[in-house]
Amino acid sequence: MRILNIDKKNASSLKEKRTLKTTIFSFFFFVATCLFSFQVYAVGTGYIFVSSEKDNVVTVLDGSSYELISKIETSDRPRHMAFNAERTQIYVACGDGESIDIIDIASLEVVDMIEEIEDPEAFDLSPDGKTMYISLEDDGALGVLDIASREMVAEIEVGEEPEGVLASSDGKLVFVTSEVANAVQIVDTEAQELAATVIVGTRPRRFALLPTEDKLWVSNELSGSVSIIDLASRTVTDTINFSPKGFRAEDITPVGIALTQDGKTAYVGLGRANHVAVLDVESKEVREYVLVGERAWNTTLTSDESRLVVTNGLSDDISVIDTKSNKVIKSVPVGRVPYMALIDD
Amino acid sequence: MTNVGFACYRIALALILGLALIVVFPKQAVAESVYQIGYLDYKKDDRYKKKVLYARYLGKPLGRSVDGAKTALKELRFHGKELGITFELNAKRFSKTEDLRKLVNEFGEEGVNFVIADLKPDLLLEAAALAESKGITLFNVSSGESRLRQEQCKKNIYHVIPSDNMLSDALSQHLASLKWRSILALVGPNPEDKVLLETFKASAKRYGLKVDDEREFVLGSDPRVREKNNTKLLTKGKHDVIFVADADGEFARQLPYKTVKPTPIVGGEGLAAMAWHWSWDRFGAPQLGKRFEKLSDRPMANNDWAAWMAVKMIAKGIQTLKSTEKNSLVEFLTDSETIFDGFKGNRLNFRSWNNQLRQPILIATHNWVIQRAPVEGFLHQKENMDTLGIDEPESKCQF
Repeated sequence: MRILNIDKKNASSLKEKRTLKTTIFSFFFFVATCLFSFQVYAVGTGYIFVSSEKDNVVTVLDGSSYELISKIETSDRPRHMAFNAERTQIYVACGDGESIDIIDIASLEVVDMIEEIEDPEAFDLSPDGKTMYISLEDDGALGVLDIASREMVAEIEVGEEPEGVLASSDGKLVFVTSEVANAVQIVDTEAQELAATVIVGTRPRRFALLPTEDKLWVSNELSGSVSIIDLASRTVTDTINFSPKGFRAEDITPVGIALTQDGKTAYVGLGRANHVAVLDVESKEVREYVLVGERAWNTTLTSDESRLVVTNGLSDDISVIDTKSNKVIKSVPVGRVPYMALIDD
Repeated sequence: MTNVGFACYRIALALILGLALIVVFPKQAVAESVYQIGYLDYKKDDRYKKKVLYARYLGKPLGRSVDGAKTALKELRFHGKELGITFELNAKRFSKTEDLRKLVNEFGEEGVNFVIADLKPDLLLEAAALAESKGITLFNVSSGESRLRQEQCKKNIYHVIPSDNMLSDALSQHLASLKWRSILALVGPNPEDKVLLETFKASAKRYGLKVDDEREFVLGSDPRVREKNNTKLLTKGKHDVIFVADADGEFARQLPYKTVKPTPIVGGEGLAAMAWHWSWDRFGAPQLGKRFEKLSDRPMANNDWAAWMAVKMIAKGIQTLKSTEKNSLVEFLTDSETIFDGFKGNRLNFRSWNNQLRQPILIATHNWVIQRAPVEGFLHQKENMDTLGIDEPESKCQF
């Protein structure tokens, strides 16, 4: 009976805590909404969400003071994240937890999860937000997940170790990098089959699709380059190489790519070269190299494109770059092995 | 007689049909072609004795490397797509060394150009000599001995497995970075142990470590040779670290926690340098480990990684060149611009002076990779990975 009492007590204190937490966050959310509602571009909380692979948390930072708001506990090994269509929730692929956790932005808690997905890493959503395309590393397949029913409606074979996933804006094509095949697989989502295989550099990782949707940029981690695929001919037309000062070719391991909305500027995280390259998309020339933390990985722009958030996998922090001056204005510690940032602004 | 006659008739019919198909559908005939990669090992190889595998000595094989090659084959669904080829493993094993010639000849007759050879040094050299006349190139996936890369190097052997020099350089870099410089070396009675010690001494010299003393050990408990088999007598004195040159590992494994002073053991036990370790968790390694375990039901080790790598290199060559022509593939292997992905974080390619694959080395305990060499701060004028192993000026290899 005593044990039962203790349990009850714990449960009620936990409930109290939760209520308090919810109140605080609701208040915060309210204030934030009021504050940001005056600015045209900012509709969200302004929070920066950072997934960290080894702590099993998503760290939430304030978007202007960069102060710690919360550490949301997730399933094991959270990596890729994306907003739902209404931007009220965040999907987090948790590799070792074998689930897609769903974070509620208002309460900053994991409120739901899509379970039994083998080792999910990267994914993208269909334009209507109803379908999730997810790379299933262990099966060598692209999974097509219906979010409402939580059913894996199809698995399209794409080769071992698929990684980066990107859907075209009409949702007709999904691009998948295959690390072991050194290729980008182009999947036809209507026919649910592989439409083309384009050989790129060694260890392709992430994508950026130009707004015109005729060119696809792919980072090649081991060959230290970006391949540009012409989507009409489905061939590589250009390869961009990098040469930040003081680093050898072998240190240049690009992964993350961010593009401005006008498609004129690209930011590429150069991995162990500890720099972000700022590129002019049209001329394909590097304008500048910005020194950041160790192993600069994924790159995320704020919606007004005034700042770029870079996750540094080996120094357990993020670098915030002011995109006008191309200088780091802040480094903020986050969890162990940060993977990517998502900004709710 | 009628049966034979019928068989002949059937064969003739099949031949005519086959010919007709080739004439009518030449493209389809090409589309179905199979590219064979050879695999060769020796049934009585003492490194793969059941008892040895069961013991799981640090840095030693956990099974036959053919499992690594099989894992790689499953990753090749797209590499031959443009050429319309699929890949297959042509694995042969001999139980009597006199059969080696026969098997190499068979590879030649079957049109196999590349053979993964999981053999000890002497058999590997013999196989390479036989393979040469057949135009066959071998991949060494399990022999680290220096002589194979130096005086006895062969143009048709590509060493995927790191040399013992690379391993001991890696270990020495790690010890030097910790300033654990005073070393007691214990060496076993086998010729292989002596070779390991000499290799380590060269590395120690290269990286400023001091081998204070060398002592010989023997297995057993004979009191008449107790200064060689009693761990306390063997380890007396004050040293930063004890290096054990023990090629098979049986002595080394019972040394930790039985020394006079609380001294860490490296080399044959405790901490060792290796090509691959199952606990390595970066650059896609856990995914590779999982694929390997699914297929083989055991963790992946050095030789498995090397065999996996060899298959991947051939496939990458074919994918890049869009050709299976042997000579251009060999050229591709040695091209300094070629990049191979070994899931170890660096761009791998072969050293032109001795056909050794350049690669980072993992320094690991039984269950964790402590360091990856080249260790930070050890620099080379051209390529930091060349701080590990036989560098060009030291090469005695003449092809």
